Amino acid sequence: MKYHTPSSFQEAAQIAAEATGTTRFLAGGTDVLVQMRAGIVLPDELIDLKKIPGVFEMTRAADGAWRIGAAVPGARLGANEDLVADWPGVVEGMELVGSTQVQGRATLTGNLCNGSPAADGVPALVAAGATVDITGPNGTRTISVQDIPAGPGKTTLTKGEVISAIHLPARGENGGDAYLRFIPRTEMDIAVVGCAVNLTLDGDVITSARVTLGAVAPTVIVVEEAAAAIVGTNLDDAALEKLASAASTAANPISDKRGTREFRIEVAGVLARRAAKIAYARAKGE
Amino acid sequence: MAKDEYREFRLVGTRPDRPDGLDKVTGRARYGADMTAPGMLWGAVVRSPHAHARIVKIDATKALALDGVKSVVTRADFPEGLTGEDWNLQENTIAGEKALYDGHAVAAVAATTRFLAEEAARLIEVEYEVLPHVIDVDEAMKPDAPVIRHGVSDTTVPEGMSPNIVRKIEFGNGDLGAAFAAADLVMEKSFKTEATHQGYIEPHACLGQMGSDGKGEMWVCTQGQWYIRKMCSAVLGTEASQLRVTPSEIGGGFGGKTTIFMEPLSLALSRKAGGKPVKIVMSRSEVLRATGPTASASMDVKLGMKKDGTLSGIQVEFRMQGGAFPGAPTEFALYCGLAPYKFGAVEAVGYDVIANRPRCAAYRAPGAPMGSFAIESLLDEMCLKLGLDALDVRFKNAVVAGDRAAYGPKFGSIGFVETLEATKNHPNLLAELGPNQGRGIAAGYWFNHNGETSVSMAISEDGTAQVSVGTPDIGGSRASIALMVAETLGIAYEDVRVNVAETGSLGVNEPTHGSRATFASGKAAVLATEAAIKEMCKRAANEWGIEPDAVEWADGAARPAGPNAGQFPPMTIKEIAGAMGSTGGPISGHHESLPDGVGASFGCHVVDVEVDPETGRTEILRYLVVQDAGRAIHPSYVEGQYQGGAAQGIGWALNEEYVYDDKGRLQNSVFLDYRVPLASDLPKIDTVIVEVPNPGHPYGVRGVGETGITPPLPALANAVRAATGVRMTHLPMSPSKVLAALKGR
Amino acid sequence: MSKIHVTTTINGDEVEFLADPRETLLDCLRDHVGLTGSKEGCGTGDCGACSVTVDGTLVCSCLVLGVEAEGKDIRTIEGMADGATLHPLQRKFIEHAALQCGFCTPGLLVASKALLDKNPNPSEEEVRYWIAGNLCRCTGYDKIIRAIMDAAAEMRGEAA
Repeated sequence: MKYHTPSSFQEAAQIAAEATGTTRFLAGGTDVLVQMRAGIVLPDELIDLKKIPGVFEMTRAADGAWRIGAAVPGARLGANEDLVADWPGVVEGMELVGSTQVQGRATLTGNLCNGSPAADGVPALVAAGATVDITGPNGTRTISVQDIPAGPGKTTLTKGEVISAIHLPARGENGGDAYLRFIPRTEMDIAVVGCAVNLTLDGDVITSARVTLGAVAPTVIVVEEAAAAIVGTNLDDAALEKLASAASTAANPISDKRGTREFRIEVAGVLARRAAKIAYARAKGE
Repeated sequence: MAKDEYREFRLVGTRPDRPDGLDKVTGRARYGADMTAPGMLWGAVVRSPHAHARIVKIDATKALALDGVKSVVTRADFPEGLTGEDWNLQENTIAGEKALYDGHAVAAVAATTRFLAEEAARLIEVEYEVLPHVIDVDEAMKPDAPVIRHGVSDTTVPEGMSPNIVRKIEFGNGDLGAAFAAADLVMEKSFKTEATHQGYIEPHACLGQMGSDGKGEMWVCTQGQWYIRKMCSAVLGTEASQLRVTPSEIGGGFGGKTTIFMEPLSLALSRKAGGKPVKIVMSRSEVLRATGPTASASMDVKLGMKKDGTLSGIQVEFRMQGGAFPGAPTEFALYCGLAPYKFGAVEAVGYDVIANRPRCAAYRAPGAPMGSFAIESLLDEMCLKLGLDALDVRFKNAVVAGDRAAYGPKFGSIGFVETLEATKNHPNLLAELGPNQGRGIAAGYWFNHNGETSVSMAISEDGTAQVSVGTPDIGGSRASIALMVAETLGIAYEDVRVNVAETGSLGVNEPTHGSRATFASGKAAVLATEAAIKEMCKRAANEWGIEPDAVEWADGAARPAGPNAGQFPPMTIKEIAGAMGSTGGPISGHHESLPDGVGASFGCHVVDVEVDPETGRTEILRYLVVQDAGRAIHPSYVEGQYQGGAAQGIGWALNEEYVYDDKGRLQNSVFLDYRVPLASDLPKIDTVIVEVPNPGHPYGVRGVGETGITPPLPALANAVRAATGVRMTHLPMSPSKVLAALKGR
Repeated sequence: MSKIHVTTTINGDEVEFLADPRETLLDCLRDHVGLTGSKEGCGTGDCGACSVTVDGTLVCSCLVLGVEAEGKDIRTIEGMADGATLHPLQRKFIEHAALQCGFCTPGLLVASKALLDKNPNPSEEEVRYWIAGNLCRCTGYDKIIRAIMDAAAEMRGEAA
């Protein structure tokens, strides 16, 4: 295995594009090193992105939009009070990934690129309408986070492409988001079901919403019907019931070692209801 | 030796720092993987990816072609003709004709680096013919089930049953028909528990060296260095005395490190590589796939109870699979499950069944948790039906000294009633419960064990003492043994050093298992110390010119025994030791035996839970362990055993299980998915140490390590029943299962 | 496989080693530097027995490559005591019998020190969640929690 420390994303993309064997990018390493240790992935080229200037930067622009560098670890998201105030759901999603130790290394970008349908960092990003900057051998492009996952372990990134940063839109007034996942223990597990809700209010009435589910389909899913169930309401019990029902209906999970299909369908609705209440309270500044 | 239970002790019952504490908080303590040797090679093991497959061909050509690969071994490198348990050990060490489970070792390789050994292992080509497999115990018993191996069954198994049934256990007493007829309520239920792993945090690791002369050395994390020696020698066809085994510090065992796995492979690789030492360290995945899980169980219980709570009769059939070899702890499950109560009539049947899973190893009170889960759950259900208090019913039927256990022997001094008494008086039973919360109570039992024991001790020139024991210190036994020896000698705790010896320096010792270290090594250490004391009294007698019988030992000094013996000032241990070079030479003591006087330990646990009705998730609100220790030599480590046992039982009850896919491959071979309890999953675990001293031990010790894992399974099931109204009969009570039960699915 | 020369600081001392780029920091600590106090319990970041700090951040050393240690400040269990003087956490772990087999102990000590460095007055719940990634199979965590809370109180100057 060759270990590379490029000093720009262009260089990283070039190395990856020219590689003939197995290539992996390294940021936090909390997925790649596990795969290497288990012998599942034995890279020929390992490209460490952490020497590239700016990868650890996290900034809020004048318009309120956020840029999060590719190597910013989870622990630093939670330590940024402004980010927590703007996008608490995004932060809590990432903070649920692994232990305190893993938080010292794991990144949102890595969580996204690992391609797990159960990635805790992703549903809230999608609910927030986040985008990513991609550098490839032929230049750069920006696409929606939602368009990255392509199924378990797969992304839409092409050979040589690497994500350099994640962008979150400006939070704006009267908005709130939340992410909840279900795991059997209190920590350290992969989500059996995950649900993020992002919404904005006018007074008590929800004016816009996005509801996303993780671990109930090959990729994170956006549930339009669930959002529609609560838009125009003040999140009364009837709206919550419709929301839960829409989330459960949209869920199309498998049964596996982490939970049954029936359980995931049921709990998708439960989490949607609970996450919506939290997001609503946050939007109201409670 | 009779001891007054009200006797005051100077050291026994205090809580000094453990002797190995400093090493263990500074990272200095050396565990299995921490040792290296000059010229050392690394070993890696090739494992079957199939649950059941004929091994057609093994081709190591490509592996051996790599620079730095020094040896490859397959079954062909091991002697033929072994029988019985020796064959089982050899077959489990390295597969012969067939791979019997996912993870079964089929070849091993040694190379100059770990990466090279792993690469070489990947290059060893194994051709398999995949065979039908069976995982579940009830499936494995069916007449048309895939047969793991013919000819394993012993004579207890009736003709016509599946060859996978290898042993049938039957015992009972009384007229069951009449007993059920006399009952006011007879209920029957079936229960299942899934296989769990001991989950020690330290993976198996060894550093083995063997020359062509059959002489060898091994450094290994184990609960029993003599077992390693005996088993490796049997598997390799070498002489036990020529192998010297040194136990490392051990990072947890819980029964799982009382046998061999890859240790003979390191010796075989070393022998083939010209005697270079070979280190093998298992990955977590190897640990979970190929080392000692416990059995899985399927159990039927039928119980008769009178309106006042008196038990009239019980019928049980337990079926347990213990992997691809005989040895599921079915009779222990029956014995321990039935031990706590006077049942009236008993009819017990058990089956030991083989299946395509890793060979089960002992796991803390082997069998007892499953048996108790089935019996204590049904008992609880019947108390609810008859409107009786669960603790009162246990009092009413509890065994006391002199009662005959369902499996035969009479109980000696036991403290079950005292344990129930202490439970009843605990404030946790008064805590108020809210919605979706419930309280569960259950009892448990473990025999405790003596085992072959050899201990030696010696007085040093400065009057301090060293003790060599053969039982590795897993949870503070150096401290408890030092306390007892210092108490007996009348010297300071700090003046005793307890060493865990390698196989070359003591007679045979069984492992630290069966809750025996503080009982058996402790008792032997006290007896060895008394031998040394006798010698010191003799030295004083010689000096004083009186009969040795006229000298007694008290407070660390020889003294004339009464005024008739003469007037001499006490001769201290320091004086006697300082002069020993000129008074007859070294002063030491030793003791070898199967120490008699084992005392059984009963426990009772009370747990409060809250179950989320929308997700089926169970949260533990408070937890109480009450258990009879006989006497707690070092109470902190007794509490630690209680708390650790409870935590493991909680894991077993709620989340831990072996999950297989339809090909018989283990699906959760990492800690991410094999869910042991976390710090954030548990509350504080309250403990009460009941002390009904065991008259068979000089300081009243019973052994405390194992009973504590038994009650949590039924206690949690009973608590979930109380919180939800749903009786969970299949462990673990994972959220999926609980929610399905709540929804009536 | 060409090795890479790594210069780093471990427990205040400058250390050099040659790392196969596939080797983890844990491998390098144990096999090249001779610091075997950090343990491998899982190799997947799920047990915490290999906990160290890198530039003050708590990490699993099994999830860091040895070559990534270049120029960093690494702290391990071997550097926790100040000479012969134990850190209060080390002392309290012994005092409270917070270890049985001792295998998870180095990782727990490093992790709990990282917590107290950041938050000298954590609640029991904060402690439990902070060390949720440090598995202990022996103790049920009860005495570990008590030891950490007691060490924190002592370090704050409160009477135990």
